[in-house]
Amino acid sequence: MSASSYETVETDVLVLGAGGAGLRAAVAAAEAGARVLVVCKSLLGKAHTVMAEGGVAAAMHNVAYQDSWEVHFADTMKGGKLINDWQMAEIHAKESPDRVLELERWGAVFDRTWQGRIHQRPFGAHTYPRLAHVGDRTGLELIRTLQDRAVHQNGVEVHMEVTVFKLLKAEGRVAGALAYRRADGSLILYRCGALVLASGGAGKMYRVTSNSWESTGDGTALAYDAGAQLRDMEMVQFHPTGMVWPAGVRGILVTEGVRGEGGVLRNNEGERFMERYDRDRMELSSRDVVARAINSEVLAGRGTPHGGAFLDITHRKPDFIKSKLPSMYEQFLKLANVDITRQPMEVAPTIHYAMGGVRVAAETGATTVPGLYAAGEVASGLHGANRLGGNSLSDLLVFGKRAGEAAAAAVNHSNVAGARLDQGEIDQAIADLMAPLDRPAGESPYKLQAEIQDVMTAQAPIVRDGPGLQAGLEKILELKKLAARCGTGGSGTLAFNPGWHTSQDLRSMLVNAEALLRSAIERKESRGAHARSDFPKTDDHLSEVNYMVEKSPQGMQVKAERRAAMPDYLAQAVQHSYTRYTPEEIE
Amino acid sequence: MMEISYLDLKIWRGDAGGGELVSYRVPVREGMVVLDAVLWVQANMAADLAVRWNCKAAKCGSCSAEIDGFPRLMCKTPIAEYGGEVSVAPMKAFAVIKDLVTDVSWNYQVNKEIPPFTPSEKDLTSSEPWRMQQQDVERVMEFRKCIECFLCQDVCHVLRAHDLKGAFQGPRFMVRIASLEMHPKDVLDRRPLLKGKAGIGYCNVTKCCTEVCPEHIHITDNAIIPLKERMDDSYFDPVRSLLRRLGMGAGKPSA
Repeated sequence: MSASSYETVETDVLVLGAGGAGLRAAVAAAEAGARVLVVCKSLLGKAHTVMAEGGVAAAMHNVAYQDSWEVHFADTMKGGKLINDWQMAEIHAKESPDRVLELERWGAVFDRTWQGRIHQRPFGAHTYPRLAHVGDRTGLELIRTLQDRAVHQNGVEVHMEVTVFKLLKAEGRVAGALAYRRADGSLILYRCGALVLASGGAGKMYRVTSNSWESTGDGTALAYDAGAQLRDMEMVQFHPTGMVWPAGVRGILVTEGVRGEGGVLRNNEGERFMERYDRDRMELSSRDVVARAINSEVLAGRGTPHGGAFLDITHRKPDFIKSKLPSMYEQFLKLANVDITRQPMEVAPTIHYAMGGVRVAAETGATTVPGLYAAGEVASGLHGANRLGGNSLSDLLVFGKRAGEAAAAAVNHSNVAGARLDQGEIDQAIADLMAPLDRPAGESPYKLQAEIQDVMTAQAPIVRDGPGLQAGLEKILELKKLAARCGTGGSGTLAFNPGWHTSQDLRSMLVNAEALLRSAIERKESRGAHARSDFPKTDDHLSEVNYMVEKSPQGMQVKAERRAAMPDYLAQAVQHSYTRYTPEEIE
Repeated sequence: MMEISYLDLKIWRGDAGGGELVSYRVPVREGMVVLDAVLWVQANMAADLAVRWNCKAAKCGSCSAEIDGFPRLMCKTPIAEYGGEVSVAPMKAFAVIKDLVTDVSWNYQVNKEIPPFTPSEKDLTSSEPWRMQQQDVERVMEFRKCIECFLCQDVCHVLRAHDLKGAFQGPRFMVRIASLEMHPKDVLDRRPLLKGKAGIGYCNVTKCCTEVCPEHIHITDNAIIPLKERMDDSYFDPVRSLLRRLGMGAGKPSA
């Protein structure tokens, strides 16, 4: 198929992704006076944010009066095993209460305390009850509120079911993007003054994941391709509790709220095994610890019939469970035929979240490429080596707003309509996009996707080792060659052709997979979500080190970079709350 | 468990120009839902089969379809509920784009026409965090559970059989309006909208929408009927109507 024609659309700020971060960025940029265009792969309101269940972490101290931004900051740093960008963690802890209260003024309705304030529930590794929530559907509340705010705001437009496949630069700064409409394959050239990536994670490179088809790591791959640095790519979170049975629902999230509301984990001997992994925090330990504990129990032969752990909340009253965890009740009843008010759930770790992503400046979300910003899961830094539950929704709000504002301010310095884009680059990108349509008999993209998932599941599992990672990298590089020749699975149509769409997603997934494996090989220690059986201990010298991934003429490069030390007042906040490392790390 | 090992899955294939049910033989796994079967077909037999889905856990409302003629979410429908065969077709109330994907953009336009949440100036400018009691917010929480699957719009005969999309905004948006009208901090009066563009009078409370709602929102009883009652109080109360005619204007609605 020859290079097709495209429609040109101009805007000030182009936002990729319509989850919490993208919508919050859009609202902020529009409030700052910019014309904003939000582009999303699915329909509006379906982004992964709706899957967030437990709540938004914000030190509003409505339930525990002792809570403060310092404690939230320290919890976030401890959870991230100290490799977080401390400046981001400070901004996040200070600003999230305002962001939550602001949502309420935009119409969000949270559960209340008896005094009528926003209620806050306890959650893993948060010192105090801190998560503002609405039952177990907080993400839906957040996205619907932001969605309504955005669509009723002057200057915000939304293009649904459009996929961006290339970022375009002019004189070194991002000045546009190329995209296709999923419905008919027609092309759009966006011209923009600044671009905000808010495209979420890359969980789809694993087989068992809580992520949807969309989470193929497009934002990280586009940014990498445009020359931006990626950071902490080895850090992907296994959420401890995904459904394990029936097979069709394997990986679907079981909210940490179950444990927050008192749920306990048991192995097949009835033992409350978290006692042996984190005696103090038990089930509400950080996610990396709980996930590895379940994994260890299963490997030791103490797993459930379908290879997980029992999560039991039956000691709570049925009415309490149904009011606090309504969608979990419904989900298990409908999909697994389990009544969680009377029977335990079976759960096992599932790939959930990418802590790593595009490197951003703490205050603005600016990436290392001018004109390009990132916020939310696609960005990195806040969560370090392990994200605490509830910190992602607050992340979206705090840094979505900041990135939107910074992008709007950057537009003033750029000439949107007159930016000189490279026509040769545009033609080449379109030719690459269309190529699989001319190879109907080429390798099936679904098959390649499954192979990527098999490799990552086997070679970069919950506990990794050097030789396994190396073998995984070699396999991913082979798959990269196959993907460059892949077809659409048989059909050459441009009309809503998921086979063709998947052939594009493969490219993003492969960049993410390669970056993960290369970074994981470099980090020769165990820290947070990155556990290695050949380096089981945490290396204190690596506390100040982040691994950066960058494109070079020789291919993908990984380099270690030292972070500046925390200022004293922050170091003291951490020290103050640091009673001890988790037992796994003391070993 | 079911004894069958294969499912005869009939999927509607086609586009705006027409289409038909096509049979696929799908190996059955324990606990399989209709969406699993459809995605298996996509990965193994028909790579270009168009279908929307996201969360696979009944939280996003993307995979709406008519399963054996009944509007349901594919991700929440176990195939064990059916015998050895089941049909899946796109929602009928919306124009087909391709296969199971329909054009639902009208719904997003309607949402834009509904004035958003509007607190009082005093509340908006207050520096104190708002206080609201749980029992006062629970009423709107039911409406805010809506995942916008649009199954209620699909089954509503005003939209489905009579295609009165310009006259009636449909059950989804009655729920939306109810969530705003009954919000303790909202002060805007949307009765003129309900009477006019939203067209609440078209609803004759057959409750089909309530029946298909995957979130079990009591759309008719808790949203539409109370909204209709508000309308009746202000527009159709015989005493007030008489007063209005006498030029006394009491209780006159703002439009």
